[in-house]
Amino acid sequence: MASIKKPPVIHPHSRPNAVGLTLRDYEGSMSTLCAGCGHDSVTAAVVRAFYEMDTPPHMIAKLSGIGCSSKTPTYFVAGAHGFNSAHGRMPPIATGANAANKDLTYIGISGDGDSLSIGLGHLSHAIRRNVNMLYLVENNGVYGLTKGQFSASADIGTKSKRGEANRQSPIDPVALAMNMGATFVARSFSGDKEQLVPLLKAGLAHKGFALIDIISPCVTFNDHEGSTKSYLYTRKHLMQVMRADYVPAAAEITASYPAGTSTSVALHDGSVVKLSKVAHDYDYSDRQKVMSQLREIQARGEVPTGLLYLDTSSVEMHELSATVDVPLSRVPFEKLCPGSAKLEALQEAFR
Amino acid sequence: MHQERLVRTNDFALKIANVNGTGSASANGLLMQAIFRMGIPVSGKNLFPSNIQGLPTWYEVRVNKNGHTARALDYDLVVAMNAETYARDVKEVRSGGYLLFDSSWPLDEALARPDVTFLGVPLARMCNEIFKESRERILMKNIAYLGALMALLDIDTDIVNQMLEEKFSKKKALMDSNHRALKAGFEYARDHLDCPLPIRLERMAATEDRILIDGNTALALGCVYAGVTVAAWYPITPSTSVMDAFSGFCKQFRKDPETGKNNYCILQAEDELAAIGMVIGAGWNGARAFTSTSGPGISLMGELIGLAYYAEIPAVIVDIQRTGPSTGMPTRTQQGDLLACAYASHGDTKHILLFPSSPDECFTAAIQAFDLAERFQTPVFILSDLDIGMNDWVCPRLKWDDAYRPDRGRVLDAKQLEEIAKYFRYSPENDDQVAARTLPGVSSRGSFFTRGSGHNKLGHYTEIPDEYQEVMDRLLRKHRAAARAVPPAIIMMRADARAGVSKLGIVSLGGCDPAVREGIELLADAGIDVDYLRVRAFPFGQEVEDFLSTHDRVFVVEQNRDAQLKSLLTLETKVSKEKLESILVYGGFPLSSRSVVQGVTRALAATEAR
Repeated sequence: MASIKKPPVIHPHSRPNAVGLTLRDYEGSMSTLCAGCGHDSVTAAVVRAFYEMDTPPHMIAKLSGIGCSSKTPTYFVAGAHGFNSAHGRMPPIATGANAANKDLTYIGISGDGDSLSIGLGHLSHAIRRNVNMLYLVENNGVYGLTKGQFSASADIGTKSKRGEANRQSPIDPVALAMNMGATFVARSFSGDKEQLVPLLKAGLAHKGFALIDIISPCVTFNDHEGSTKSYLYTRKHLMQVMRADYVPAAAEITASYPAGTSTSVALHDGSVVKLSKVAHDYDYSDRQKVMSQLREIQARGEVPTGLLYLDTSSVEMHELSATVDVPLSRVPFEKLCPGSAKLEALQEAFR
Repeated sequence: MHQERLVRTNDFALKIANVNGTGSASANGLLMQAIFRMGIPVSGKNLFPSNIQGLPTWYEVRVNKNGHTARALDYDLVVAMNAETYARDVKEVRSGGYLLFDSSWPLDEALARPDVTFLGVPLARMCNEIFKESRERILMKNIAYLGALMALLDIDTDIVNQMLEEKFSKKKALMDSNHRALKAGFEYARDHLDCPLPIRLERMAATEDRILIDGNTALALGCVYAGVTVAAWYPITPSTSVMDAFSGFCKQFRKDPETGKNNYCILQAEDELAAIGMVIGAGWNGARAFTSTSGPGISLMGELIGLAYYAEIPAVIVDIQRTGPSTGMPTRTQQGDLLACAYASHGDTKHILLFPSSPDECFTAAIQAFDLAERFQTPVFILSDLDIGMNDWVCPRLKWDDAYRPDRGRVLDAKQLEEIAKYFRYSPENDDQVAARTLPGVSSRGSFFTRGSGHNKLGHYTEIPDEYQEVMDRLLRKHRAAARAVPPAIIMMRADARAGVSKLGIVSLGGCDPAVREGIELLADAGIDVDYLRVRAFPFGQEVEDFLSTHDRVFVVEQNRDAQLKSLLTLETKVSKEKLESILVYGGFPLSSRSVVQGVTRALAATEAR
């Protein structure tokens, strides 16, 4: 009997990407979060997204505030500069960093406490400014580090571990982002990497503020019966309305999609997001329609996920500010200082 | 009645009482500028309310041939344009002085003063005759009293005409109105009043090499020259004009000539917490960045100032101080944020502060602040105040050395990172106790995790006492090292060391300077010799320590209730508390030499009486 030679096995993760790095090269240090934490799954998806995007690690800036979610930038892309700032203050720090160097890829990791309470104003204004960054809200409905208080995203009626029900109305990061004029809004689930990774990639490629609300259950304080942010509840009520696949510029031709079910949306860098309607008649491109569609779906007790809104005509902060093409931090001093002759001339106006 | 007819040329003070929002600022500015252009040392203090329209506002002009420009408290001439404050304005005229009033209506007999000459000019009536439109009638009354003052004080007509030409060259109609109002006021005064008054002006040549500029404008210009590319702020009086001026200069000097695009980014933040956050983000990423604010903003920024201090990120914070805790008096001046800035934020923190005393020093302080912030990788505060920031001061021309290159501090580039085995953020340190930083976007070899949480000298998270303390101790040494790099105190020695005579000194700072220098001259005239040290920065250098140790009795002059500079000296130098005495003025108006003289003489008298 003729033997069949076994093909050499290369684990897909150890294959170098376009910048010569493997998936491992996009990892960070060991997580210190609880075993089973949704955030660790998000971290794994972020690692994969950057690896697949071929982003050179030193061109990534990863920022966060304070909280369990804000710890996670340590756990991915060790070769990138990270900034674990203060509670709720990541958006302004990311805004300033972005103002100084427009060439980096910015990812901000936040949670529902960080984004929807102490930093609500900052998040709203970062959206308004359309800072070019991917902003993740790792949303679990509770404060983890301070042991289980309700956060502002807790639904009415959801129960705490001790059994008390929340009576205050929740702030929905997706509704907030839509109202503030966000140009890329999505929701996903930490347990659905298939959906999350392409969304992360599309969010990273989007020119402007991309917000992804990621339901990321807290196994320690909010995964019990009666919680509307538990794994069980989330899996049961999720409803994907729009599936997004990110196709990089060069690979576009090779990707194939069944005709008639999908739309291609070109992003500024030539890459394409293929959108497939899962829910009947969902319109991702009209802000007013999106808002009413989301309200209808939520009224049925379902949690709409996927790419919920995309504005491809987005004008980001630097375009709004008409800054030069070179990062401001790299403009040579000679171009910044007007010099003595101009100072002399100027002072005639102060006579 | 006795009238003092002694002629006093180029040495008097006048005060103009207006209603705010009626266009008086323009006329008052022209008056001051005209005197400046006549070559005479002059100062103008705008005492304005926190309001847009309808409340009383005053403008004081002091003319002094000897160059004393601190606030004067005796008014030789008061222009009373506000019926509401008439009674108190009349009271403020010095005996033998003059009151210019609008004689369109009869004067209240009860307000007459026998020792004051009342000069009536029918300003409203004249303007009503000349102008049809009601807003113009109100606005032009100001120009009409300027016209009257030109005749009364002998202001050079050519100079005023030239100024109007410059100001309204593109607005013909407005120029015409101004000329008509000016002429009406001038001719009425010339024809009906005894012109010029004994207080009068005469051309000098004392301002040729000088400029007339406010501190906020000069500071903003300094930021442009220092190479700032990112500025973030939240509107607040009295610092708003810093960013307004910065924005104006950027439009003028920072457009890329080829593309027309901006070599700067100004971010109007949602609050001061965000403003300082943006500055820290930009500083972390290698841009020179600053924010400008006032006391309430400093309170809000406290949290992130601590982050920048502990994570060692350069940032420049401009504090144009105003009066009081809480909202206080936003349009009044004070030096009330010294301690709040020196130790801003929780935990153990200590910062570098600069105390400019004039607009030209604001310009220089801006450059110094960025060099210090990047060299020491830490927040640096520029503590100006409303008086310096918003009033026009006569200053030496600003100078620029084209050889200047910014001190960007220790920053490793990709090549330097290749040459070292492994990079750690907070080790090793140099003589300044500063470790090299790296910027994002340069090399993965320089990547590290910036954190406000406990970290060791490698930059790693820690909760181990020794590792935490090691970093904190270095930060303290770094602050001490900065004492050698900050601008040294200015010292003026006058007192001689006669045996048995106690050696007196004054320590002061910032906007107190003109009043203190004048006060020291007045004290010397009275036979009291006092040395003077003006601190220009915190941490204090050795020269401050030496001055305090070589004087027996030191008066600390400052504009706040709690003797904040004195506290800082007591805490941060070896001086004994008993040696220091406070002279404090904190009502919100700029300091006058009278407070200094009275403070010293009363203290001396009290000791003698003992």
